[in-house]
Amino acid sequence: MSVAFVMLVHTALDRAAAVARHWAEGGCPVVIHVDRRVGRAAVAGFQQALADLPDVRFCARHRVEWGTWSIVAATLTGVEQALSEFPEVSHVYLASGACLPLRPVYEMKDYLRARPRVDFIESVTTDDVPWTQGGLDQERFTLRFPFSWKKQRRLFDRYVRFQRRIGYRRRIPEGIVPHLGSQWWCLSRQTVAAIVNDPRRPEFDRYFRRVWIPDESYFQTLVRIHARQIESRSLTLSKFDFQGKPHIFYDDHLQLLRRSDCFVARKIWPHAGRLYETFLTGDDTAPKRAEPNPGKIDRLFAKAVERRTRGRGGLYMQSRWPNPGWENGKTCAPYSVFEGFAELFTNFETWLGKAVGGRVHGHLYHPERAFFAGGETVYNGALSDSAALRDYQPEAFLTNLIWNTRGERQCFQFGPGDRQAIGRFVATDPNAQISVITGAWAVPLFHSRMNFSDIRKKAANFQKIESRHLDILHAPQTTARVRIWSMADFIQNPMEPLQVIIDEIAPAGQRRLTEAPRMANLDGFGRFLQQLKNEGMQPYLMGDFPLGDGSDHPTPEHRRPYLVR
Amino acid sequence: MRKARELRPVARRTGQIGANDILVFTTLRNERRRLPYFLKYYRDLGVDHFLMVDNGSDDGSREYLAEQPDVSLWSTAKSYKRARFGADWLNWLQRRYAHGHWSLVVDPDEFFIYPFCDTRSIKALCDWLDASSIKSFSAMLIDMYPKGPIDAVPYREGQDPFEIANWFDSGNYMIRRNREFGNLWIQGGPRARAFFPDQPERAPALNKIPLVKWNRAYTYVSSTHMLLPRGLNLVYDEWGGEKASGALLHAKFLDTFPQKSAEELTRRQHYANSHEYRAYHAVLQENPDLWCKWSEKYINWRQLEILGLMSKGNWA
Repeated sequence: MSVAFVMLVHTALDRAAAVARHWAEGGCPVVIHVDRRVGRAAVAGFQQALADLPDVRFCARHRVEWGTWSIVAATLTGVEQALSEFPEVSHVYLASGACLPLRPVYEMKDYLRARPRVDFIESVTTDDVPWTQGGLDQERFTLRFPFSWKKQRRLFDRYVRFQRRIGYRRRIPEGIVPHLGSQWWCLSRQTVAAIVNDPRRPEFDRYFRRVWIPDESYFQTLVRIHARQIESRSLTLSKFDFQGKPHIFYDDHLQLLRRSDCFVARKIWPHAGRLYETFLTGDDTAPKRAEPNPGKIDRLFAKAVERRTRGRGGLYMQSRWPNPGWENGKTCAPYSVFEGFAELFTNFETWLGKAVGGRVHGHLYHPERAFFAGGETVYNGALSDSAALRDYQPEAFLTNLIWNTRGERQCFQFGPGDRQAIGRFVATDPNAQISVITGAWAVPLFHSRMNFSDIRKKAANFQKIESRHLDILHAPQTTARVRIWSMADFIQNPMEPLQVIIDEIAPAGQRRLTEAPRMANLDGFGRFLQQLKNEGMQPYLMGDFPLGDGSDHPTPEHRRPYLVR
Repeated sequence: MRKARELRPVARRTGQIGANDILVFTTLRNERRRLPYFLKYYRDLGVDHFLMVDNGSDDGSREYLAEQPDVSLWSTAKSYKRARFGADWLNWLQRRYAHGHWSLVVDPDEFFIYPFCDTRSIKALCDWLDASSIKSFSAMLIDMYPKGPIDAVPYREGQDPFEIANWFDSGNYMIRRNREFGNLWIQGGPRARAFFPDQPERAPALNKIPLVKWNRAYTYVSSTHMLLPRGLNLVYDEWGGEKASGALLHAKFLDTFPQKSAEELTRRQHYANSHEYRAYHAVLQENPDLWCKWSEKYINWRQLEILGLMSKGNWA
C-alpha cells in the first residue's frame, strides 16, 4: 500500500531528480516522463543521477506542447507504466518537475491510507469556474483548436471567431459531462485503472485530442464516470494568476509554505535553494496530521491578482496610469471643498478644524501659492507650495495631496479668485464634497478699501468666473456631492447647513455644533450691492439683500446661532 | 552605426557571456570613487557581466575597470552629447551583445530596486518576467539626498551611498503620457521642487525603462526614458490595475556633485545646453540643502511600494 508518483519533467532536471529521490527513498515509486525536447545528454545525466533507485522508472517520451493533447498522452503513458510495474500501489499522484513536497512522505502515505478509495481531483462543471483562460469554458469542448494559442494567437482567435460565426459545434460523446479542474491530481488505483482500461477509451481519447487544454479536463471529466468518492480539490497547492499562469514560490515563502500543511506545492522557482534544502532534507519534526490549509497563501495570491487588476484607487504612478473612467476612484479618499465660507466667516478655517478634526487648508489654488494648513511651504510627500509646479499639473497636485495624507480628511477653500483649472476634475470626483455659498466673494470686496471702480471690475470678473464654475457643478457629468446656497439663503440659518456638512465629514462623531463660526459684519452690504448696480453691474449670485442698513438682519454678534436638540 | 567606430575596446571579455546571463550596460566619465560599490551592488543582485563605455576618464576609472574579471570595457574620447548622451554607444553594444539577454542600462549613480530585491535575485525577477511574457520593466528614478548640505559628508570609496543620501521625496511626482512614443513622462522630486519651482517644464524626466529582454531590433530613443518599438513603453496598466515596477535610487547628490556640476557646466555635454546643471549650480551655491520637513527616510523597497512609487503588480 503506497502511492506512486507520475512526474512530468521538462526543465530544471536537477531539482526534479532531487524530488524524485526524496519520494523514492520515502518508499514511493516514481515514473518520470521527460519531454522529448530535452537533449539526449541532459536526459542521460538525469537518468544516471537516479540510477541507484530501482523504483524510479522512465517512461516513453512525448513532445509536449502547452494546451494540447500531448500532456495528457504523456500522463497516460506514465500512469499505465505505474499501474503495470507497481501492482502494490493504492494511489497515483500526478506531479511536475517543479513540485516540491512540503510534508514528510510517511504523512502523505498515512493520509492516503486512511482514505483508500478517495479520489483527490478538482472537478467542476464549466458553469462554475470563473478562472478559465481566454474566456473559453464551454467552448473548449465544442470548438476545434488546430492552432497554438501561444505561438499562433492571431490564427487561434480568428479560427475561434469563425467557428462561432458559422455556429460550428462538436458533438460531446454520450454519457460524459465536461468538467474542469487543476491538472494535478491524486487518484485511487481503482479509478485511474478504470479510466485507462475503459473500453470506450479510444472514443474519449479521439474526442479529447481536439479539446483545448485537455489536461485540465480529461481526467476531471472521466473521473465522474468511474469514481466512487471524489474530493474535489487538489492535494497540490498550485495557484494561478489572472493570466492563467501559475504563481511561483521563492525562498521568502518558506514560512508560509510550512504553515500551509499542504502535501505538495508548485510551482517552485528552480533556484529557490532554501526551499529545496528545507523541505527535502526534512529534519523530522513532530508529525502534524493536519488537513492542508492553504488559506493564507490563497489570500496572498488573491491580493496580488487584485493589485494587478484593480490596483490602488486614486494612485497614479509609473505602472498605473488609468484611462479616464478606469481609476477606481479619481482620488484615494474623500475630501471637502468650501467655496465662500472663509469669506463669509472670519474664523472659518480654525472653526472647521475644531469641528471636524481634519486638516483645513486655505486657498490651495491661489494664484500666488498653495496656502497649506498651518502656513507650511512644503506639505506631506514634499509637495511644494509653488504655484507654477501646482499649475503645471493641477490634478496631480490634488491627487498627490490626497494620496500623501491618507487617513486624514483634507478640506480646502476655493473661489473665483483661484486658478480654475481643477474645477472640472473636482466636480467629477465622487470623493469630493463641494459646498458653495454663491456670491460670498463679495464680502471681502465690500470690506476692502480699494477704489470703487476697481471693486466693480473685480466683482464683475468674479461673478463671471463663479457662474461658469456653477455651470460645471450643475452639469450632468458632475458626480461630486455638491451643495449650493445663495449667500442670502445661507445667512438666514447658517447652522443647519453647517451641521449637515459636518455630519457628512465626520459621521462617527455625530457632534452637535455648539459654537458657530463668526460671521463677517454685513452692515451696509445691501447698500454695497445697490452701489454696484448703480455702476451698471448686476450682482445676482448672492441672492436678494434688502437695501437697508442691515437692520432686518440682526448683526452677527447678536445672532450667534446655537442649536437646541 | 558610425558611432560604433568611436569605441575602442580596452578589455573585451564578452566571450564569457553565457546564454542566460543578465547584462549591465553603463557609460561613465571620472567615476572612480563610485565604481567599487556600484560593481558590488550589481554583482550581489546577480548580474553576470558588465559592458561599459568609458568616455575619457582621467581619474583611473578605466584602469580599474579593465582589471575587473566580469567587465568588458570600451573607451572613447568622442562627444557624449553627439552620441545622444551615450545612447548611441550603448545601443550599438546592446545590438551586438545583448540580443536574447535581459539587459539593464544604468549609470554609475543609479541603483536598481525591484519588488523582493532583498530576498530574490535579479534572475528571479527576469525568470518571472519571462514566464509572464513581459519584455520591459520600468524603474522610476528617485533622487536621493542627504539631510544638510549635500557636500557635508564625504563619500568614501566602497561605501553604500545611501548611508549618506538616504532621503527622498515621496509624493510630488507629475505624470503625463507621451502620445508619440506611448511612454509616461514623469517629473517631480527634489529637483523640480528645489531647482525648477518656476519652470516645471524644464524639470528632468524621471521615467525610466532600464530592464529589457533585449532584441537587436530594439533601440533606446533618448537615454533609457523611452524605447522603440513603442510597445516596450507600455509598462503601465491603463485599466486601473498595477503592473510590477521598480525604482532606480539616484545617488547623484553627494559631495561629488558640486564639483561635477561645475565641470559639466564648462564641458556643456549634457541635455539642452546643460541648463539643468546651470540651475543646480545657481541654487546650490545659495543653499545646498535639499532636505525638508516632509522628506522621507529610505528604508526598503516595501516602503516604496506602500508609498505608491513602485508596485509588486501580480508578483507575490
